[in-house]
Amino acid sequence: MTVLVNGEPRLLEPGTTVEALVRTLVEEPERGVAVALDREVLPRRAWGETTLRDGQEIEVLQAVAGG
Amino acid sequence: MAEPLLLGGREWGSRLIMGTGGFRSLAEMEAALVASGAEIVTVALRRVDPAARQGSPLELVERLGLFLLPNTAGCYTAREAVRTARLAREAFGTPWVKLEVIGDDRTLHPDPVELVVAAEQLVADGFTVLPYAGDDPIVARRLEAAGCAAVMPLGSPIGSGRGIDNPHNIRLIVEQSSVPVILDAGIGTASDAALAMELGCDGVLLASSVSRADDPAEMATAMRLAVEAGRAARRAGRIPQRLHAQASTAEAGRPALG
Repeated sequence: MTVLVNGEPRLLEPGTTVEALVRTLVEEPERGVAVALDREVLPRRAWGETTLRDGQEIEVLQAVAGG
Repeated sequence: MAEPLLLGGREWGSRLIMGTGGFRSLAEMEAALVASGAEIVTVALRRVDPAARQGSPLELVERLGLFLLPNTAGCYTAREAVRTARLAREAFGTPWVKLEVIGDDRTLHPDPVELVVAAEQLVADGFTVLPYAGDDPIVARRLEAAGCAAVMPLGSPIGSGRGIDNPHNIRLIVEQSSVPVILDAGIGTASDAALAMELGCDGVLLASSVSRADDPAEMATAMRLAVEAGRAARRAGRIPQRLHAQASTAEAGRPALG
């Protein structure tokens, strides 16, 4: 299945959770990382139980200098 | 003299809030943040970049024991800004947000309509909202009425270094506001920050004037002193400006020597 990850299409195994995907991008996502799934905030406590589906859009964000 | 700043229900010793954009390195940012004496530091939220391995500003802010103020830099609509604020709350566990809703990428002026809408939604959602605004007193009043914890009018466009284009409007905003007024954006050098405080602002938020200075730490020191000096001058009460001179030495007792 294909999921749009931070604007880039990415092939993922069916059944991949948000938690698993985030860990491929960030070593320690315990703090300072936020996820929007199809443009809505996905609370951290839901990452582990949320399975990605084909065609979804996910944004994985962190703090950067600016503003 | 060191009366604390009451902002968002907390007391702060420093009236200088630091942005983090524009530094050439994390080491320069660290030196400048320390020199500034700031307690509150704002950071933006962006997509994670696994390729970028140059330390995180979050780590630095936490190591220095500073208070993290997430911002919604780069948002153009209330919807985007509200979502970004909620993501920031999730990422950093703080309900504080520096609300930015930009109307135009050439001026980076805020969009006042979207800004007020976003502020209302975020206040209703329990956020402590610090809105980056234009220098329009009416918009400032609407933001205060919306329940914002402060109003943060610009001095001049972000990064322009032009200082305070319209000091009269800043005075009007100061005069009418019962929440803190923090001058946000446009500061070029220390005298601009001092002027903001002399006009009665409660604090100053700046980034580029320090981060893009030849020596950011030295400029951060200058800004810390300028904010303190301007605040002291405001409290001391300046003399009026006059067209003619007013002798400082008594006329009485002048000897006849001519």
